[in-house]
Amino acid sequence: MVLEKSYVSFFSKAAIEDIKAENTKSVSLFNISTNEIVFSIPIKDFKFDKALMKEHFNEKYLESEKFPKATFSGNVSGFSKEIKGDQSVIAKGKMTIHGVTNEIDVPGIMSTEGEKATIKAVFKIKLADYNIKIPQLLWKNIAEQVEVKIEFFYKTQ
Amino acid sequence: MKMKRSLWLFFSIVSAATFAQDDLLKELEQTEKPKIEYATSTFKGSRLVNGQTVEAKGKGELEFIFAHRFGAINTGSYNLFGLDQAYVRLGLEYGITDNIGVGFGRNSVDKTMDGYIRYRLLRQSSGVRNMPVTVTAFVNGAIRTSPEQLPVGQIYSDRISYTAQLLIARKFSPKLSLQLMPTIIHRNAVDKTVENNSLIALGAGGRYKITRSLALTSEYYYRMKVKDGNQFRNSLGLGIDIETGGHVFQFVMTNSQGITERAFIGETTGDFFSGDIHLGFNVTRTFQLKKIK
Repeated sequence: MVLEKSYVSFFSKAAIEDIKAENTKSVSLFNISTNEIVFSIPIKDFKFDKALMKEHFNEKYLESEKFPKATFSGNVSGFSKEIKGDQSVIAKGKMTIHGVTNEIDVPGIMSTEGEKATIKAVFKIKLADYNIKIPQLLWKNIAEQVEVKIEFFYKTQ
Repeated sequence: MKMKRSLWLFFSIVSAATFAQDDLLKELEQTEKPKIEYATSTFKGSRLVNGQTVEAKGKGELEFIFAHRFGAINTGSYNLFGLDQAYVRLGLEYGITDNIGVGFGRNSVDKTMDGYIRYRLLRQSSGVRNMPVTVTAFVNGAIRTSPEQLPVGQIYSDRISYTAQLLIARKFSPKLSLQLMPTIIHRNAVDKTVENNSLIALGAGGRYKITRSLALTSEYYYRMKVKDGNQFRNSLGLGIDIETGGHVFQFVMTNSQGITERAFIGETTGDFFSGDIHLGFNVTRTFQLKKIK
């Protein structure tokens, strides 16, 4: 299935500052017969409220010139093609951020309706797992774990 | 025998599955539309050492700049190696759009007020459009308000000067950025025995990042067609940039005391290699006034 629309956001809650960013430029493919799913998020396309936050995010933390994309490739399981509406599913596979790959499983919700399908998930990413270093000075501004929300809207080709 | 065959079959299915996933990722990458990739953060801020960089503020961003230059180190321990003397510039710059900024400031050297416009004309990019450099035009007007009483024979407009620069920079790598600054300065009144009203100079400088938050900078302005007997020197500055959160702290060493273009490009008196070195710093603090939509 081909992607129609995507929405990826992350949220970091810390004592001094909340950091939130959104990205609508991700791409993904979902093969509903083999259950394989891949997606790729262009790091430079995250939108922030403050220009300086976006600059630090790209230049210092994610180093997006070296690692321009975050990618996931894996399988979605626990669903049945016959069921219409919402079902709980699990996506298992490799998540690569900042050049570091980890095996993750993420619970999510899949809904199908005719030619269209949607996959939504909310999960936490630990920055240290991907070698994203927070300077000690800023520990009150940036959380160690960040909440990521993804929503992918597909349709059959 | 049967065990071996089914084991082989198992491995080939598993490896086919992993290859299939990699294939799917490759297929995904092929479906992506080619984009323009802009170079970002060629420099950490709008100042290199004394002079400007190609960086423009984002829309709605306000930058407060405090620049300080001490006296010369070689004035000896009695003068605390220059620390007793201070020359200051206070300034504000605001991004009207992502490419256009306006600013103004006041310098203690000659009590100069300056106002300027910065216009980023071209952005370095790769991908769909290839542009090797970022080019920003910088135009300022400055007026000296010191001495308070006009000297005999002068009119008020003698205190005014204009500067126009074309700043051309390239980010060669995440660590290295270099910049050229062809400059023209027009001064309404000069000592015509040693100066022309118009001064043309070529500046060159760069920054090299040593860590995520630390960079080394350098800047040199070479004046062209200098008249014999001219007592001024070319401006040389070296610096270290430290970035912390919303501030950039630039620690500098330069032979120039003034912080407006007319002063440091055209009227530097210090000889860097004789120890006429002024330590100083630029501190910038950025505020996002209008949230980005």
